[in-house]
Amino acid sequence: MSAFKHLLTRLTVTLLLLAVPVLGVWTWMEAERWKLWFPPYVSSYGESIDGLFFVILWMVTVTFVITEGLLVWFVFRYSRRGDEKALYTHGNHTLEMVWTAIPALLLIIVAFSQMKAWATVKMNFPEDGPYTVAHPLMEVYASQFDWRARYPDEQGNFEGADVVETPYEITVPEDVPVVFRLNSRDVLHSFFVPKFRLKQDAVPGMRIPVWFEATEAGSYDLICAELCGWGHYKMAGRVRVLPQADFDRWLSEQRAALKATH
Amino acid sequence: MSSHAHVAEARPLGIDPAGTIHVTHEHHELGFIRRYIFSTDHKVIGIQFLFTGLVMLLLGGLMAMAIRWQLAFPWTEMPVLGRILFPATGGVVTPEGYTMLFTMHGTLMIFFVIIPLLTGTFGNYLIPLMIGAPDMAFPRLNMMGYWFWWPGIFCILTSFFAYGGGPAAGWTSYPPLSTIEAAAPGSHWGQNWWLLSLTFVGVSSMMGAVNYVTTIVKMRAPGMTFFRMPLSIWGLMVAALLQLFALPVLTAASFMQLFDRVFHAGFFTPTGLVINNTNPESLGQAAGGHPLLWQHLFWFYSHPAVYILVVPAMGFVSDILAVHARKPIFGYKPMVYSIAGIAGLGFIVWGHHMFMSGMNPAVGLVFMTATIMIALPSAVKVFNWLGTLWGSRIHLTAAMLFAIAFVSMFIIGGLSGIWMASTPVDIYIHDTYIVVAHFHYVVFAGSMMAIFGALYHWFPKMFGRAMNETLGKIHFIGTFVFTNGVFYMMHQLGLAGLMRRTADPYAYETYAHLQPVNQIISYCAFALLAWQVFFVLNFFGSMIWGRRVGRNPWNACSLEWEAPSPPGHGNFDKQLAVYHGPYEYSVPGAARDFVPQTQRQLG
Repeated sequence: MSAFKHLLTRLTVTLLLLAVPVLGVWTWMEAERWKLWFPPYVSSYGESIDGLFFVILWMVTVTFVITEGLLVWFVFRYSRRGDEKALYTHGNHTLEMVWTAIPALLLIIVAFSQMKAWATVKMNFPEDGPYTVAHPLMEVYASQFDWRARYPDEQGNFEGADVVETPYEITVPEDVPVVFRLNSRDVLHSFFVPKFRLKQDAVPGMRIPVWFEATEAGSYDLICAELCGWGHYKMAGRVRVLPQADFDRWLSEQRAALKATH
Repeated sequence: MSSHAHVAEARPLGIDPAGTIHVTHEHHELGFIRRYIFSTDHKVIGIQFLFTGLVMLLLGGLMAMAIRWQLAFPWTEMPVLGRILFPATGGVVTPEGYTMLFTMHGTLMIFFVIIPLLTGTFGNYLIPLMIGAPDMAFPRLNMMGYWFWWPGIFCILTSFFAYGGGPAAGWTSYPPLSTIEAAAPGSHWGQNWWLLSLTFVGVSSMMGAVNYVTTIVKMRAPGMTFFRMPLSIWGLMVAALLQLFALPVLTAASFMQLFDRVFHAGFFTPTGLVINNTNPESLGQAAGGHPLLWQHLFWFYSHPAVYILVVPAMGFVSDILAVHARKPIFGYKPMVYSIAGIAGLGFIVWGHHMFMSGMNPAVGLVFMTATIMIALPSAVKVFNWLGTLWGSRIHLTAAMLFAIAFVSMFIIGGLSGIWMASTPVDIYIHDTYIVVAHFHYVVFAGSMMAIFGALYHWFPKMFGRAMNETLGKIHFIGTFVFTNGVFYMMHQLGLAGLMRRTADPYAYETYAHLQPVNQIISYCAFALLAWQVFFVLNFFGSMIWGRRVGRNPWNACSLEWEAPSPPGHGNFDKQLAVYHGPYEYSVPGAARDFVPQTQRQLG
């Protein structure tokens, strides 16, 4: 290879490899401006989930920049033309111990730091609020390709003529831990509300308890997150969060309207 | 038993004292068919896997283009490909057609491209050559391994064009969508063909895996101890062990699903389903099963399979780095232990695919810890690759560029995995595009780069001619740029919450603004495919017009470079004995900057 072609290759490769950490980090810094980032959370546990994401983000970014940076430097530095031999070494025991032990420690810390948030969302259900696993606010049924909420009658029964059913839109009160049971009538679906940081598969044959506490009134996308057939892409729903008083009024209106029909 | 006789015949392969090599059938000239088609020669079988795998890569790539078209310009007429795939709608993707596209793309790329290219092609070609054996332990079984792949190919292609439509339940094929016909109208025969195809491919891989492990354990040249084997061989052996232990589970699960579909066995079907306003039990479907059972069985195979997709690639990259950086591998034994560590941990992490599945969340914590710890051996590998490059004398060949790219890309794919392993963060990002970015960084930007690198590196051995370096570099630059153009921004789409497997996400308020990003990604994807023209020209052109090379064009230490290029039947034309490890580059005081494994003295 001629000297010029060699230099050209060397510079091109260095720049390409350098672009990985530079553009890579820059993309993540700019992402929020382009709305290619988490939509702001509106649930009680959103903060802890996003916080854990950022802890890992920092760890990953530092590792990413250091390792990619070393790669760029080594490739640039050691691709010069020449005849002298490379450094002859088969490794270094101390170095191996260090770069095994430190990441091991960090990773164990990461693993343990996740457990509380996971337990909060998926294992420890609210017990002293108005809604519990034994007395949930509602049942949510997924089926190809829609969502349906069922609210029990005043006695808490999910059977009978006075069960309010709402298709497509799920209405819940604000600032209250809401517990519901998630079911599927046919295939797998997944209950995903991005702004709640909540996702749970709906499995036919299982009644899975789910909880969240919405912190802001509004209407949010409910998205099916598990392939459920040809219409999966349009299995949309909405979660409507109302202040407690409005919610109570809405539910009693629904019940009254239902009673009027029979 | 006839197979016994065959083993006895093939066994003494090594080198006999007279220095001649005994190979099955070496005494008479073989006809064209026995030599090139129904060949028992591991090199021919490797190259058969290579050509077939590259054709499947093109098919899988075209599926990807169709997917990218739909995501960039939903429900519009797709040029060129549209008329072939969707003639009924004039080239517009249909919703059920979209589910079939990504199902086939995933299935083809995993079972018909990456696994066969890594283990079928390079496993077959390299194992006997690198350990100094004249052929595989079971040459006929090896041939059968290749030819059992063909019914698999037949079934998978048939499934796509099956009456009523192809399989539409994703490559993961989760029941009840995959088992109850009414849930996915049109996937009736398609899904059955898909399951049969997986079985054939599994049997084919199994034959290969038995062969690889036996060959490596029993047929190493004199002096080739386990810790003198090149890391490619370690990677291939560990991948073969993963297949041996995990594949039976997938095969059993596929049959269970097939029984559910054909005989209404009900392994995975719970009671009380209502599909299309009908309870399938009223149509004779047995129930009482559980959908999660399939997920456990499937991922018990398919998570180790993910490591089958990358562990051999790590081996190839290690070898390419050492040869073209003229430097011994930094930390050879830690490299071996980390491959073993990845594989060992790989068996106890399958549950991380099921964090949101309804599985007991306490079990999720165990799977999370195991999964996060798998980052440790991966990190050790990256550090040792960097250590290998430190103080080296890098030759910027096309093979080397792809190997360096693997390291760069694997860092990205490895690091993004930590978020997915962390259960609370995974609640949000599970099944989003950040997952798609993650596994494409490992499997395409990682393993595929390693495959390209390995082809540039071992092509001279395979065909006796070198590939063109300038074309190779042009191929590298475009592939590297467009690969990142395709997959990097998928991280951002995932953070914005975009779900995978959605044919038209823009109807959601959350996703409405994401279409321009998807269009950029799609343009990069089209360019990435088009750019492979440089590879195709170089690959086929070099077979005919490439520069002729001798035995050892890269001045490498390992045994395959002792054989003629290309090696004849029986591989080696001289007696081999191995005296040291495969990475003795730049030994101080040595006459040249490499000391072949067959040379007694280092200095």
